[in-house]
Amino acid sequence: MRIFDPHIHMTSRTTDDYEAMHAVGVRAVVEPAFWLGQPRTSPDSFYDYFDALLGWEPYRAAQFGIQHFCTIALNPKEANDPRCRPVLDELPRYLAKDRVVAVGEIGYDSMTPEEDEALALQLGLAVEHGLPALVHTPHRDKATGTRRTLDVVRESGIAPELVLLDHLNELTVGMVLDSGSWAGFSIYPRTKMSEDRMVAILQEHGTDRILVNSAADWGRSDPLKTRKTADAMRAAGFDDDTVDKVLWRNPVAFYGQSGRLDLDEPKPDEESSFQGNSVRRGGE
Amino acid sequence: MATLGMPASVPPDPRTVLSRHPLEPAARSWLTDAEARIAARPDAVRALFPTARRHCGRARLDAHWTADEAARAVLLTALPLTGAPLAAELAGLFRHGDPAEQRAVLRALPLLDTATGAGGEPLADLALPLVREALRGNDSHVIEAALGPYGAARLPDAEYRQAVLKCVFQEIPLDRVAGLDTRADAELARMLADFAHERVAAGRDVPHDIWPFVRAHPARAALTERLTAETRAAAPERREAAERALKALR
Repeated sequence: MRIFDPHIHMTSRTTDDYEAMHAVGVRAVVEPAFWLGQPRTSPDSFYDYFDALLGWEPYRAAQFGIQHFCTIALNPKEANDPRCRPVLDELPRYLAKDRVVAVGEIGYDSMTPEEDEALALQLGLAVEHGLPALVHTPHRDKATGTRRTLDVVRESGIAPELVLLDHLNELTVGMVLDSGSWAGFSIYPRTKMSEDRMVAILQEHGTDRILVNSAADWGRSDPLKTRKTADAMRAAGFDDDTVDKVLWRNPVAFYGQSGRLDLDEPKPDEESSFQGNSVRRGGE
Repeated sequence: MATLGMPASVPPDPRTVLSRHPLEPAARSWLTDAEARIAARPDAVRALFPTARRHCGRARLDAHWTADEAARAVLLTALPLTGAPLAAELAGLFRHGDPAEQRAVLRALPLLDTATGAGGEPLADLALPLVREALRGNDSHVIEAALGPYGAARLPDAEYRQAVLKCVFQEIPLDRVAGLDTRADAELARMLADFAHERVAAGRDVPHDIWPFVRAHPARAALTERLTAETRAAAPERREAAERALKALR
């Protein structure tokens, strides 16, 4: 089984996670730029973070046989901090990179005027750079926030099929699919969405334009939730081809719209002897 | 040791190498146009440099250049800048570059170091901070590029030795490291010999390409003595590692 996790924050995960993910079939991931547990207070710490998403993390992933891509943006929560706003001015430099396959995560956290402005501006950057957009939907007041997000997407002029709205649930999936955009689901141990609920959504809404991710990060989460959802789908009677569509072909189709999803690229670390060793870090 | 500040050995001219290879017509015209735009307005390089691989591909052209790195080198040599303004533009590209871009900047340094142009200031040591930043990182592809001819010609002795040892730790083959023929000295041999002993004491193998540098210096005799003592160690894997190392050192 081949799995593409379209949303996972590997920066927060260990090499054990990479090994376990590879063992269950994960071969490619997209890591969206987002907030961290600790709020940042200056643009420079964002640039270092973006550098890690473009440098260290793909390097680490490659040593475990996993292709790593990322999305770049100023996230909605930190868009509210005037000290972080200058990040918006430097985004074009990062959106030009080979491994950046979307603008994201953008969207709403508390639905403030600052978030409105950052969302609209970054949807504009996506259009300008020919990139898809990964849009986070808020945890609080989700249905209203999702409706409002869809309005802003419509007003921005970006093609709906270039937009993925994430962290959806039973009450928000319908409006997103009706809009022509892609619907993302984050399978979490306790919150957001479970494997069994996900299976029920697939049974009700079909498998077109639906993505499943683990969204694993620094909180309570599980980087193997993609595989566990695939297993739940099989147990519920979905065939292997349908599982492959949801867990591989759909994310490839969505991020492939960037023209930068080079899955055949040679592994940058072919000559390394990482087998039986830990990640190389120049001091072992 | 080499005289510091001497011009580094220069890689093959990327324009010549690119002209001999069949680049797609669209890629060739993109490159020609990008060069012209940079020559007219240097800060155009900031948007063009990151996209070079998507336009020109990454095919290997010769032992030294891939298409993307050669194209990026061409873009950098098109900059109508010298001295401090050139160093500042390179620093910006490096600061905001992904690893492939950082590597391309480092690999182009020897070309920029010699091309001073009429009345231009030399690059001299002004790009050395980029080399040092790369050497502090952990990506072996970037580290290898940092220890190319520019870094090898200009790093002070202590930093050069540390960089070589880091390459050994990163499993970068030493035949890819510039400057060893003139800069490997007794102190580097001592450091490599200590490293070999550490590996043997841990029951591990020693990378074979360090031996020529140890053999050529007094460190050889001291290490032979220490490894001989290790052949009497209690742990069998330690004794065996010592036997293997002694055989390789001879």
